[in-house]
Amino acid sequence: MTIPESTGHTADGVSESTNGVIAVVKRDCPTCELVVPALTQLHAHLESQGSTLTVYTQDDPTFPSFGASPVDDTQLAFSWHNNIETVPTLLRFENGVEVDRIVGWSREQWQSFTGVADLAAELPEHRPGCGSLSVDPALTDMLAVRFNQSSLHSRRVEFASLEDEFEAMFDRGWSDGLPVIPPTEARVLHMLSGTTRDPQEIVASIPPDLNEVTVEQIAVNAVMAGAKPEYLPVILAAVEAACTDEFNMHGLLATTFFSGPIIIVNGPIAERIGMNGEGNAFGQGNRANLTIGRALQLVIRNLGGGRPGEIDMAAQGSPGKLAFCFAEREYDSPFEPLAQWRGQEPGVSSVTLFAGQGPSAIIDQLSREPVSLTKSMAASLRATNHPKLAIGFDAMLVVSPEHGRIFTEAGWDRQRLLSELEKLLTLNADEMIRGVDGIAEGLPEMLAGHSVPKFRPGGLLIAHAGGNAGLFSSVLGGWVGGGTGSEPVTVAIGS
Amino acid sequence: MTETSTDRPFVVLDPTAGPAAAGMTAAARPDSLEGKTVGLLDISKPRGDIFLSQLQQDLESRGAVVRTYRKPTFAKPAPVDLRQEIATQCDAVIEALAD
Repeated sequence: MTIPESTGHTADGVSESTNGVIAVVKRDCPTCELVVPALTQLHAHLESQGSTLTVYTQDDPTFPSFGASPVDDTQLAFSWHNNIETVPTLLRFENGVEVDRIVGWSREQWQSFTGVADLAAELPEHRPGCGSLSVDPALTDMLAVRFNQSSLHSRRVEFASLEDEFEAMFDRGWSDGLPVIPPTEARVLHMLSGTTRDPQEIVASIPPDLNEVTVEQIAVNAVMAGAKPEYLPVILAAVEAACTDEFNMHGLLATTFFSGPIIIVNGPIAERIGMNGEGNAFGQGNRANLTIGRALQLVIRNLGGGRPGEIDMAAQGSPGKLAFCFAEREYDSPFEPLAQWRGQEPGVSSVTLFAGQGPSAIIDQLSREPVSLTKSMAASLRATNHPKLAIGFDAMLVVSPEHGRIFTEAGWDRQRLLSELEKLLTLNADEMIRGVDGIAEGLPEMLAGHSVPKFRPGGLLIAHAGGNAGLFSSVLGGWVGGGTGSEPVTVAIGS
Repeated sequence: MTETSTDRPFVVLDPTAGPAAAGMTAAARPDSLEGKTVGLLDISKPRGDIFLSQLQQDLESRGAVVRTYRKPTFAKPAPVDLRQEIATQCDAVIEALAD
């Protein structure tokens, strides 16, 4: 009772000689189980008329038992090519052309469709069908690849049969030193489901090679980083921000200094995709934080050509250059969100990129009011990079919740804290001149007699993150700030 | 129905921007510096000027014509205009890092 093989036979199981009624079912569907007597009766009826009933089965090739052998559609070729969305579906073909179809179980519809007036009179009048496996969201990307429906443009790389795919990716230089997820077509298609953007849209020109890259190419690297599709819009925004002239990713990459791109995420998306702005925000354990940060670095490595020892000439580097991304803890922050401070509308999800190093600690377990705490913070900030250097390099102060509460209770907002820090960090250059204290490093002689700000105007950023306990904040030392180096960049996250 | 590493052949999408550009060959080296124009590019690192002024004396004593250039900041690539200027005005260029 199967469709006869012929030279006109096609991958979808339909040929010019396809005629009669076709049913598509799966065992894992109570309605399909229910209609087995109807299929049995229909099979006997059609056979007596010289016609055929063909039953395609999606999950169990032995199902259903209806008087003939079902056709194995566990590869879902028939279901996919004939756009089956519901099981059971009944289709009628005339000379290879579908002329009619019904879905689910309705006794009246089935009777009228088949012309069998007493068809399954004992069955209930109506039962809705179940979802076809060919439209199961977990399978559709793989099926698109299987049936060559993928529109991806990337070059396909086939590994040799004896190659271990993880080793093969290390061997090809695609890894940051940790294993990467193999970017199969199905996984990349699944990743692309996380954005509404056209896969072929150009996102940015990636330094150092200045290759113009597409959403699809970034998605490939996002898969490798271990990201989920819902992270992709954040990754795309981070790539856009990194590749602006202001952020100067090329210089940041090439420098002998420690710094790399740090991504701070604000807005509702952070919670929606499960980012961490609380305990261990800079550390391990959160997939979104780590894979978003890692994806940006893989994009720079693989699509920009920025590899350590080549364009990346860091003397010592930083573990943060694997991935450094965290959410700001907004809900109990003494400050308005960082992105809003930097001009974003409230409630707009966005990324802020800051060229920075790893965290260094500010311990203050004794201050209970803001003046003392701010002095502690200023003393630690003064030592950033070198206590005798000033102006050139930016920094980010990340205030922990236990320190933040002290500012909240005193009514200090970000502007107040920044103003107080600015006063405390206006330094007497005479103490910092080259040679002073027997230290050759320091400010040039020409600044003697002047006072100097530790940070250029706008060169100190403040954010709020961390766990509930711990009277510790941190300094993320920056890099050369402003037009001569890197300017922090905030970009809204699209869809 | 799931994809496993035992599926063969195993095909992935190339995560790079494609095959690297064909190797670039360096410009021909001048046989002598006599009468040639040599550009000295200061990238604005501390003490780069000291190094370059020493080089300038040495080069001029060998009969080279020296032109000096300066990047606005060592932290960014040289602007395209500057690169173009050097390429059109000089037979050779020396770029200095220093600290």
